[in-house]
Amino acid sequence: MLGLGADRLRADMNRLLALLFHQGVLDEQFLQLQQLQDETSPNFVCEVVNIYFHESEKLLRNLRGLLMERDFSDYKKMGIHLNQFMGSSSSIGAKRVRNVCVAFRAASEQNNRAGCLRALELLENEYCYLKNKLHELFQIEQQRVLAAGARYPMQN
Amino acid sequence: MSSNNTENWMKDIGVLDHPSGVGEGSTTSAATNITALVVDDDSVNQMIHSKILENLGIQNQVVRNGKEAVDLHSSGNNFDLILMDMDMPVMNGIEATRKLRAMGVRSIIAGVSTCTRDEREQKEFMEAGLDDFQEKPLTTPKVVSILQKVNKKC
Repeated sequence: MLGLGADRLRADMNRLLALLFHQGVLDEQFLQLQQLQDETSPNFVCEVVNIYFHESEKLLRNLRGLLMERDFSDYKKMGIHLNQFMGSSSSIGAKRVRNVCVAFRAASEQNNRAGCLRALELLENEYCYLKNKLHELFQIEQQRVLAAGARYPMQN
Repeated sequence: MSSNNTENWMKDIGVLDHPSGVGEGSTTSAATNITALVVDDDSVNQMIHSKILENLGIQNQVVRNGKEAVDLHSSGNNFDLILMDMDMPVMNGIEATRKLRAMGVRSIIAGVSTCTRDEREQKEFMEAGLDDFQEKPLTTPKVVSILQKVNKKC
């Protein structure tokens, strides 16, 4: 029964991943990330993604802070933040977040403040969705590991 | 990627340190004699690029910007391969590459950058002294293709 639990959880993970790929939330780069994980770094994907979350939230705060300034005009600074967000998003396979960053950068290059504000809202939504889904994925993975461990208990 | 695939790649490009004749204590089946430096201000990319290199058996260090890369070389360090990000604070990849070449650094320097529509900037990066340019995201196959240049150059 415990074995079935681990297998069912693995199926749940695969289903969720397939959904995220189908929705374009993740792309092939996420698989590349998973392939880097090995016995020397068994939590590599989770660690990288948590760093990504931490850095992304800083960038989102910076972007919102810039756009909320009354006399905002530093589109160059905004471009720097966006380039960084684009780079890290593409590195973990966060395809939709990256694509919104591209649109955001286009608005920024046109000094289009209203466009930037709309893009920021969209970016915050996309990021929120991605974060929730990846947390869900990692939770299922954690449960699967526990279930698999219970199936094969350590021998004394 | 299985370790067997990694070993086959490394053997194909002739950079695998064959374990025969090595005494006891050799722990990795895919150790190489290549060293690398990751130059990137982004923590996510630092971790991923370093792991790609580590999985290929390449000893590597990480610095956060071009100035740290230059300072590392000024204090006598050298590397076979440098993965150089373009956009970094303090000193960007273009300036750092120029400085390293002016210092006589002959490492393979591969520029790594997010897709840029500014072809002039990419051209300037190449002309600063790059041997190769790869668009992010960096992957193991992309790094292997860069390493083939290391092998030819050595």
